[in-house]
Amino acid sequence: MKKANLSLLASAVLAGSMVASSAAVAFDRGEMLANTCAGCHGPGGISHGPATPSIAGNSEAYFVESMEAYKSGERPSTIMTRIAKGYSTADFEAMAAYFAKQKYISAKQSTDASMAKIGEKLHDKYCEKCHTEAGKLAEDESGFLAGQWKPYLQYNLHDFAVSQDREMPKKMAKKLDALYKKHGQEGLDQLVEFYATK
Amino acid sequence: MTNISRRNLLKASAAGAAGVAAAGVSAKALAKSNGKRVVIVGGGIGGATAAQYLKKMDSTIDVTIVEYNKDYYTCFMSNEVIGGNRDIESIHFTYEKLAAKGIKVVYDTVTDIDAKGQVVKTKGGKSLAYDRCIVSPGVDYKWEAIEGFTPEVAATTIPHAWKAGPQTKLLRKQLEEMKDGGTVVVVAPPNPFRCPPGPYERVSQIAAYLKENKPKSKIVVLDPKKKFSKFGLFMDGWKRHYGYGTDNSMITWINSENGGTVSAVDVASKTVTAAAGKFKGDVVNIIPPQKAGSIAFKAGLTNDSGWCPIDHKTFESTIHKNIHVVGDSSVAAPMPKSGYAANSQAKVCAAAVASLLNGTTMIEPSWVNTCYSVIAPGQDGISVAMVYKYEGGKIVKVKGSGGLTGAYDPELRKREVLYAHSWFENITADTFG
Repeated sequence: MKKANLSLLASAVLAGSMVASSAAVAFDRGEMLANTCAGCHGPGGISHGPATPSIAGNSEAYFVESMEAYKSGERPSTIMTRIAKGYSTADFEAMAAYFAKQKYISAKQSTDASMAKIGEKLHDKYCEKCHTEAGKLAEDESGFLAGQWKPYLQYNLHDFAVSQDREMPKKMAKKLDALYKKHGQEGLDQLVEFYATK
Repeated sequence: MTNISRRNLLKASAAGAAGVAAAGVSAKALAKSNGKRVVIVGGGIGGATAAQYLKKMDSTIDVTIVEYNKDYYTCFMSNEVIGGNRDIESIHFTYEKLAAKGIKVVYDTVTDIDAKGQVVKTKGGKSLAYDRCIVSPGVDYKWEAIEGFTPEVAATTIPHAWKAGPQTKLLRKQLEEMKDGGTVVVVAPPNPFRCPPGPYERVSQIAAYLKENKPKSKIVVLDPKKKFSKFGLFMDGWKRHYGYGTDNSMITWINSENGGTVSAVDVASKTVTAAAGKFKGDVVNIIPPQKAGSIAFKAGLTNDSGWCPIDHKTFESTIHKNIHVVGDSSVAAPMPKSGYAANSQAKVCAAAVASLLNGTTMIEPSWVNTCYSVIAPGQDGISVAMVYKYEGGKIVKVKGSGGLTGAYDPELRKREVLYAHSWFENITADTFG
């Protein structure tokens, strides 16, 4: 009996020491780089708002593509172009791998239910084909729309549809252009409200 | 954990053998002797971030943070409180969330650090033994630099408000009580100092308040420098919003070349003596010259510059082994003395300390700094950013990265205001949990 207890204790300590060493070893270059993002994008890539997007859980491909687009200036931004120029593609990939593993949590923010209801219909008609489930699937390889902070969604829709500063896939351009022509700024606002409720 | 290979299991068993023997003695003895005790001096941005990230990187590290103040008010965003656009409660933080994560929080004042004996001593009589110590005491002031300006004067009459809290409230109250047509005198500090764009954001925030509420009032800025951080952007913003450069400018900026260096203040008459002459204010705000926090001097961590020299990779003091210094007190140039820099440095330092305590190789470090300033509430935000790497034994700027906000674009400037507020929400969540 004594012997059995000892072995139980030994395995408990063994497990403990392995957890300890793995905790220290698990920290990699991706996390080192990702740590520098947290001051603006929140711990673990979950933004506390009101405008900076959450970057946890995104697909690695989307993350790298976005950072490259910021770096080249192709994607308009306030600060991200300046930040992205500090990193290599390998750095982006390391960060992307870290953030892809983090759990995405929808932002808690106030929304307008009646606008969201119309927004849902617009989403179904113009966006759902590529941004499935209101844009909350990493497999879609696009940024998360569901539960993203509203100002961020507004800024991006503005850059795509209104000022047309930002390049987009042909299909998307066609759809978004049709939506904006028919429903105007109000339509974009309704879409934002819908995503914010998800 | 489910796929442990036989070889790894054997390796782990060997490593665990010492632990088994110790566990046979007592769990308490094991905890005491694991050689992973870290004592953090100072619960500001650097200290609180280091505490959280150490625990996150290795939960077996015994982390104690010593801070005399139960209530911490962030220096960043306190200018919005002074300008009347933010409630002071929104910049108020406590250490409960750190404690909930298993970090020992000791509310006490550190009186000395025995570098040889590896013990931190407190006013309350505690002796805290450490394997590694992280010192993050922020800044202290060179009180002797401006005749007549003392800690008592700052607390009651002429606030510096450069550490947020009661003095932030005092300065706000004085501005609220000032008559329309009054003069606000702001004395800026010489380099280096905490938050390089801070004094000028403060001037902008005060100007916005006066423009709206007391438009006949004026602000005189006395500066011992020729130029300052984000200079072009502030000048441009002051012209746009506050008539800078016109006969009717709300702001007058007197730099070192025009006699802006201040030597004395007469408290009773609220008159500041600068090289250019005497300036009487209805409200006076003196941001004094700065040096490392006082414990850094007591512990012998400073050099002739008045700041703490460190190894740029680990942040270990080059004077005392096993003591690391992060944040404003450290000499980490080209990184500025900013909240974001302190937060970023603390994470790299935590990685260094965790590696040193576990005998592992440290991951190649990386740092970022971002500083936002709001020139006009809700309308005009600007920023400066930089990515840093470790090269040739030093922290260096990554070539081509970073820099300032571009030419004026009303839509983008509005976005930067909201991004500034997001910066605040996220860095405080990252730091205080």
